[in-house]
Amino acid sequence: MEEQEEKKEQKKKIKVKMREQPPLERIKNFNEVPHGYSPEEAVEEATRCLSCKRPTCVDYCPVEVDIPGFLKLVKEGKFLEAAYKVKETNALPAVCGRVCPQEVQCESGCIVGKKGEPVAIGNLERFVADYEAEKGEVMIPEKPKPTGRKIAVIGSGPGGLTCAADLAMSGHQVTLFEALHKAGGVLIYGIPEFRLPKQIVAREVDYIKKLGVELVVNAVIGKLFTIDELFNEYGYDACFICIGAGLPMFMGIPGENLNGVYSANEFLTRSNLMKSYLFPNYDTPIKKGKRVAVVGGGNVAMDSARIAMRLGAEKVYLIYRRSEVEMPARKAEVHHAHEEGIEFLLLTNPTRYIDDGKGNVCAVECVKMELGEPDESGRRKPVVIKGSEFQMEIDIAIPALGTKANPLLTKTTTDLKLNKRGYIIAEEATGMTSKRGVFAGGDIVTGAATVILAMGAGRKAARATNEYLKWKYWDVSNLAKAI
Amino acid sequence: MFKILKKEELSEVITLFEIDAKHIAKKAKPGNFFILKIHEEGERIPLTIADFDRDKGTITSVFQKVGKTTYHLGTLNEGDYLSDVIGPLGNPSHIENFGKVVCVGGGVGIAPVYPITKALKEAGNKIISIIGARSKDLLFWEDKMRKVSDELIVTTDDGSYGRKGVVTIPLEEILKGDQMKATKKHVPSFEDREAVQDPSVNLVIAIGPPIMMKFVCKTTEKFNVKTIVSLNSIMVDGTGMCGACRVEVGGETKFACVDGPEFDGHKVDFDLLMKRLQMYLVEEKVAMDMYSGKM
Repeated sequence: MEEQEEKKEQKKKIKVKMREQPPLERIKNFNEVPHGYSPEEAVEEATRCLSCKRPTCVDYCPVEVDIPGFLKLVKEGKFLEAAYKVKETNALPAVCGRVCPQEVQCESGCIVGKKGEPVAIGNLERFVADYEAEKGEVMIPEKPKPTGRKIAVIGSGPGGLTCAADLAMSGHQVTLFEALHKAGGVLIYGIPEFRLPKQIVAREVDYIKKLGVELVVNAVIGKLFTIDELFNEYGYDACFICIGAGLPMFMGIPGENLNGVYSANEFLTRSNLMKSYLFPNYDTPIKKGKRVAVVGGGNVAMDSARIAMRLGAEKVYLIYRRSEVEMPARKAEVHHAHEEGIEFLLLTNPTRYIDDGKGNVCAVECVKMELGEPDESGRRKPVVIKGSEFQMEIDIAIPALGTKANPLLTKTTTDLKLNKRGYIIAEEATGMTSKRGVFAGGDIVTGAATVILAMGAGRKAARATNEYLKWKYWDVSNLAKAI
Repeated sequence: MFKILKKEELSEVITLFEIDAKHIAKKAKPGNFFILKIHEEGERIPLTIADFDRDKGTITSVFQKVGKTTYHLGTLNEGDYLSDVIGPLGNPSHIENFGKVVCVGGGVGIAPVYPITKALKEAGNKIISIIGARSKDLLFWEDKMRKVSDELIVTTDDGSYGRKGVVTIPLEEILKGDQMKATKKHVPSFEDREAVQDPSVNLVIAIGPPIMMKFVCKTTEKFNVKTIVSLNSIMVDGTGMCGACRVEVGGETKFACVDGPEFDGHKVDFDLLMKRLQMYLVEEKVAMDMYSGKM
């Protein structure tokens, strides 16, 4: 009896694993890697939740999902109700369940996690969202009374979608502008199919349209319309800018413009948005390398490496100048990359790309690094080991080094204050900028961050927009201090 | 969806479309380009805005059939729709009264050079235009260009029309003439006076195949005449996000889509541009072969 109790106790410490495609199989396709929980598995996992009286998991969620509330409903087998519960505060649960860095958010605050593995909140969020969609019982909340206010949301990534949904539910007439031909922002062009199926993004976008949001694709704001035109000619009362970061960074080393060197943004955009992995059935080509070197340690680097593998590479290297501990990527992605046979070259940095004489990259020269004193990011600074140069044959290189602010919109909105690096200065709690009626959030304010942080910014801006429309009060004196 | 309102075959391989895109027409300026995608599976290709009509709400595009997408585009007719049209993109041309300007358009590049020439003419510049093509049947818009130029020179590589040879030959003659005038120290005779009062060329605009732009720049460099070129690199999003269009200008990497498409031609690394334009030769052939099979 006691032994059984102990076993049960032991079991409680370990979460229910999500079944997934085996590595050797999945590197040959673009299908989603994890299969998702079955209803039984979901109930079993949700039962691990202690229903804490003062739940700390919620504190770590940027959009404050009622986690114990929805887990309780899962425990009871009320999966649809659980999905509605999540959707009260999160318009994109199927996305968040898949791409949020739960290990540093909700799951890091889970009490169960203090003594064992935390409750798999992300997996369960995904389960309830998928369950709702599969049952075809997606609930559309009742339309509120129209307020007669017009709001422009610029950028249809996670932040824009969240803000647009919230504002539509407040009864405003919302137009969501997207520069590309398809809505979803980074969810469409950035995150690959095997991590976030595009059908799910389309489903979420569709949901937001059903809430009454008007979607306008192919609209590059700053070029097609300026913000002032939206206010003065088209009668918008407020706008939220959530356009992402944009311009890819390069290292400035020789050979970066050789054929075969892709910015990660380009590699991902070709593959994900343009579906070039289906070339020639889709028209956009992509170079399929035999030996591919990806440079960087973030999620974008992991995604690029795993795409290169699926495109048929024999060897994919991941070159990172620090050690694995410092990698900013989600732990699950690093784990998946290892499993799929990507070779990590840690404490290594490229110094130049070598020309095959015809303008194509044929090798990369690297140096070895060692970790020195901590730098301003708190991580130990990598230092070059002299004389450690070596070369590797490659035919594709993908620097995934982050992005910098895209000036396309800000250039044409001169009364919008920017910081030295070109990002929009906005109040953290509200998204208020130096320009009356203009809110901003996401990567164009913070620099490259996560899906959920952009969603959090969208939620805050929606709340602040409602306040602004009520009182027409615009005080950004705090902002002046921040500058 | 964007409707094709008018189609005109300018030559066997060059087609003109007038596209219903009122918001783009309203904001378009000479030098801008746009991106189009034919259908769901299509690629995004950048094309220059060759003209626009704000009243009608249309933009005009002239394209040459070279690969799968442009051949497919050529099969579309008036009344057909394009799934996506995005623009206006890129920085507009800098238009002011420079004095005397030579506008050079080569091949399908005659189309983008036209709105710039027109705007420069309207700004009060004296315009000499040089348009060239491989042969007479590839030449178009001679009349349109003549209307916005004080002088128009036509060249064909094979001599089937206008002057035989490439555009750089008349260009060099014009610049040499300027140089000779400038070195004349004596008081001009009555006959020369008119010629001397004619100002020297202050600016050259050249749009066409990279090889043409390269040699125009080599020619004007000798005479130290500022030359603006418009670069047609491979693009995906056209808004600065991907960097596919990177070019080297004055030793620095620039994005043709947001930093250009116009650059100081004397600083452009044309050899790199030409190599980068060939990046997908193999894939382009695969796509074209498959498409030809379907046809």
